[in-house]
Amino acid sequence: MIGQPLNRVDGPSKVAGRAPYAYEQWEAGQPLYGFIVGATIGKGRITRIDTESAERAPGVHMVMTHLNAPAQGPRDESIPFEYWRAQPVLTGPDIHHYGEPVALVVATALEQARAAADLVEVEYTRGRGRFNFAEQEDEVYIPKVVNAGLPTDTAVGDFDAGFDSADVRIDQYYTTPYEFSMPMEPHACLVEPRDEDLVVYVSCQIVDAAQTSIASTLGLDPARVHVVTPFVGGGFGSKLGIHSETILAALAARALRRPVKIAMTRQQIFQLVGMRPTSSQRVRLGAGEDGRLAAIAHDVTMHTNPDVEYAEQTAATTRSLYAAPHRLTSHRLAPLDLPRGTDVRAPGEAPGMLAVESAMDELAHTLDMDPVELRIRNEPTVDPERDVPYSDRHLVECLREGARRFGWEHRPAAPASVRDGRWLVGYGMSAAIRGHFQGPTAARVRLEADGTAVVETDMTDLGTGTYTVLTQVVADGLGLSPDRVRIELGRSDFPSSWGSGGSWGATNSCTAVHRACLALREKVLVAAGGDTRSPLHGLDPADAVFSDGNVGIGGASEAVSEIVARNHPEGVEAEGGTRFMGDDPNYTAYSINTYGAHFAEVGVDADTAEIRLRRMLGVFSVGRVFNPKTARSQLIGGMIWGVGAALEEEAVVDPRSGAFVNCDFAQYLVPVHADVPDIDAVILDGFDDKANVLGAKGVGELGICGAGAAVANAVFNATGVRVRDFPITIEKVLPGLPLLEA
Amino acid sequence: MRPFTYERATDAQTAVAAVSRPGAKFISGGTNLLDLMKLDIEQPSHLVDISRLPLRDIEELPDGGLRIGAQAANSDVAADARVRTRYPVLSEALVAGASGQLRNMASTGGNLLQRTRCPYFYDTAADCNKRDPGSGCSAIGGFNRIHAILGASESCIATNPSDMAVAMTVLGAEIELLDADQAVRRVAITDFYRLPGDTPHIETVLRPGEMITSVVLPPPPPGRQKYRKVRDRASYEFALVSVAAVVSTDQGTISEARVAFGGVAHKPWRSVEAEAALTGRPATMDTYRAAAEAAMRDAVGQGHNDFKIELAKRTLCRTLAQVARAS
Repeated sequence: MIGQPLNRVDGPSKVAGRAPYAYEQWEAGQPLYGFIVGATIGKGRITRIDTESAERAPGVHMVMTHLNAPAQGPRDESIPFEYWRAQPVLTGPDIHHYGEPVALVVATALEQARAAADLVEVEYTRGRGRFNFAEQEDEVYIPKVVNAGLPTDTAVGDFDAGFDSADVRIDQYYTTPYEFSMPMEPHACLVEPRDEDLVVYVSCQIVDAAQTSIASTLGLDPARVHVVTPFVGGGFGSKLGIHSETILAALAARALRRPVKIAMTRQQIFQLVGMRPTSSQRVRLGAGEDGRLAAIAHDVTMHTNPDVEYAEQTAATTRSLYAAPHRLTSHRLAPLDLPRGTDVRAPGEAPGMLAVESAMDELAHTLDMDPVELRIRNEPTVDPERDVPYSDRHLVECLREGARRFGWEHRPAAPASVRDGRWLVGYGMSAAIRGHFQGPTAARVRLEADGTAVVETDMTDLGTGTYTVLTQVVADGLGLSPDRVRIELGRSDFPSSWGSGGSWGATNSCTAVHRACLALREKVLVAAGGDTRSPLHGLDPADAVFSDGNVGIGGASEAVSEIVARNHPEGVEAEGGTRFMGDDPNYTAYSINTYGAHFAEVGVDADTAEIRLRRMLGVFSVGRVFNPKTARSQLIGGMIWGVGAALEEEAVVDPRSGAFVNCDFAQYLVPVHADVPDIDAVILDGFDDKANVLGAKGVGELGICGAGAAVANAVFNATGVRVRDFPITIEKVLPGLPLLEA
Repeated sequence: MRPFTYERATDAQTAVAAVSRPGAKFISGGTNLLDLMKLDIEQPSHLVDISRLPLRDIEELPDGGLRIGAQAANSDVAADARVRTRYPVLSEALVAGASGQLRNMASTGGNLLQRTRCPYFYDTAADCNKRDPGSGCSAIGGFNRIHAILGASESCIATNPSDMAVAMTVLGAEIELLDADQAVRRVAITDFYRLPGDTPHIETVLRPGEMITSVVLPPPPPGRQKYRKVRDRASYEFALVSVAAVVSTDQGTISEARVAFGGVAHKPWRSVEAEAALTGRPATMDTYRAAAEAAMRDAVGQGHNDFKIELAKRTLCRTLAQVARAS
């Protein structure tokens, strides 16, 4: 089954409304509804907060502010992964960013809670907030490490000498805006107090992190916090950790001894969950006339919240993408009084490759060289900064196959040279690379006496297809048809996983389940071998084949269900797991990445500078693929996000208040169907035996890596206008267009 | 959202009577009002649902015009064969707006009365003279990319977001109103909307308790019609700039021209200056450029929206060239 395009096994229940999300759980009965009141200043202090009229409003059960909120555990910076840290809320009168929760109103009905929220009166003294990145860009500091524990700066060779002596030099600044993960399902939580325990239905990506974080915030034994999240409607990084709505629901539920649920409004998500930091990136490329890079430097400055440091690893992919003897990368942070930066799909790669792959296009243009050829000429033989071999690098194959399928040879060689009616037409391309991660994940597989297999792990399914790919792994591992496999996910009572994130979810959980299946086979074979009633008794288990629900050895065969029913009437189970990558020698000995190449054709309206994607193709190498249908969906989703990052997506801060201004989907633009006419993702066959026993690598985030740069480069090819300040909107292209012709 | 009471009106007369009570408001498709109620921007205490009034028909008029019932859905008007053949600019404008789902719900009268999409109007923590008269305008000096370049004031630089109303403006539509005394009056659409001045919270000449019952389209003007909407993405976005144009030519000379802009002002912006610069002139790009300059002579940018002045000029020129060539 692995490698088959199995339809989503949870599809029918989702279509029929039988797949409840956090806010839709009714097991606990009718809950109360909470609504968060956010600060309307960006920096300062609450001087007075009057909840009296809100408390008297119809249906209101409680109003919680910093004056009456229970004490909570502090944020512990010594915990290495921040999503496991406590997340205290309503801790005092100080306001750190616009929209920060200042009160929670809990009422019988949502509308009552929301109406009463408007009655909470808050007075502030305004402090001097730092809200403008451009003004703070020089007020930077050097973080100790960047995200994922990567080094802040790296240097190989002598960059200055290599750059200064290069035949051709590119030295440009690129800027990227604040961007948000905006999952369809908002951040939501329902908490049910059950004796001294809490049952927490929360939309999250990592159950273990949620459980630990909730427990340490509330000062509870983690065993008393039962996280339940069988279905999650997207996360994209924004649900790796829990947020204020979860802690507030838990505090209110404990205080009122009633179930309480809270969902953020779309507008609140913009102020409360954090975003991809804005960036200013200097890219310097020095190359010979033959296109070979002598020097490459990527220096990044991004914003950070002053209290919660987040240093996106924006220059990190530049460390392994191209060969060059002289290299430099750096990360600097400018503190702003804005919500915290956080992981947004492909943290680091997404903004970093927009810059570097735009710069490579500028280099190709300067050299008058095909951009595909330029990249092929800079293909490294070993990871140029770590000096270790690549496990399984197929970037050049992706480039060549993509160029062939796309018809790259028809690329207009000169910018602004092709017209199709009112459209200026251009082609662009980009390379893609993303590191592959592995983390500790455990799963349990049980064979029931009726021959069904049940998987239990606290792994999540964000809509990505976890239920489906795990079904396939078990079907292969135990020789069962998929309808004999049941997957149970997203409960903290199950074996712990690293959850979904970093594109590691499928490979971690599939590897763990695969190993559990192997262990379970051993138990079945031991049982059959020692069972005189089995036709397999005494036969050599090394020759055993599991298929169609049977175990066969030589000519003998017996149904798995019969072996289990006779020997383990209560069922039999086994666990499997994966290790943290730092403890796996392959991840030290090899540079393990996924690769891709994007090709885009755009039309730019010669009169209005409206930019429309005409078609797009990505070719990817991700090792072995569990399910080409769900993998393709992931890749296409990422590519479309890349299109949005290139052309539309930008959250705007009002520097007077520190508030995000365009905080709804009418104003924060992402591509709609009409923006994506013809798009495809092709996955090359592969197997990376260094990554894991299944040969598979992460897929989810690779699609966005470089995708935006392909579109940006196509805009340049169409118009001759190079925009380095993303997104590329009408006002940035219009001044470069020719005068209107008759 | 504040608590409110609700009643469904059965005929126009009872509807206008019902809305006379304090705090009452009409609701039709609710595609804008409900959002504004959730955000505490609109706070009606009583809603009179007029969506099922018998005002959904599109009638032929003896002079060759059409009367569009105020409750006709945007999607029904856009799909009407008479509208499509005789008033294509209106059909094109409707289809360019919102999404299929919203157009199915949105009524003709409701579309005329939709509120601005200025983000500061939507943020109750921000100053907004339209939402809270006298509080100030946060858009001036703020993020004003989508804001007005024509007819704005120091009180308000918001734009009217309707596409439909721009097409109706170029067609010279009239709006029929019914008041609580059962009196009927007709107002030309250009007179229906007000510029912000120092009372941006008063957006139309509707009197308290008056209800839009229909929109009357006069017989189609001679010439070809076109609606061109410019926006960042291909669908589901309000216009940065739009142009509705009707042009007739006679042997290479423009005999009659009508021009209206959307997305540039507090109201759909009929440009008599552009029309004067076109009428009687040769149908050439030089003429269109002169018309565009005339149309934007008084345009003022606010910073982020400066580009809309050039964008409006270019959009007008191209639209005129396409319409004139076709006619």
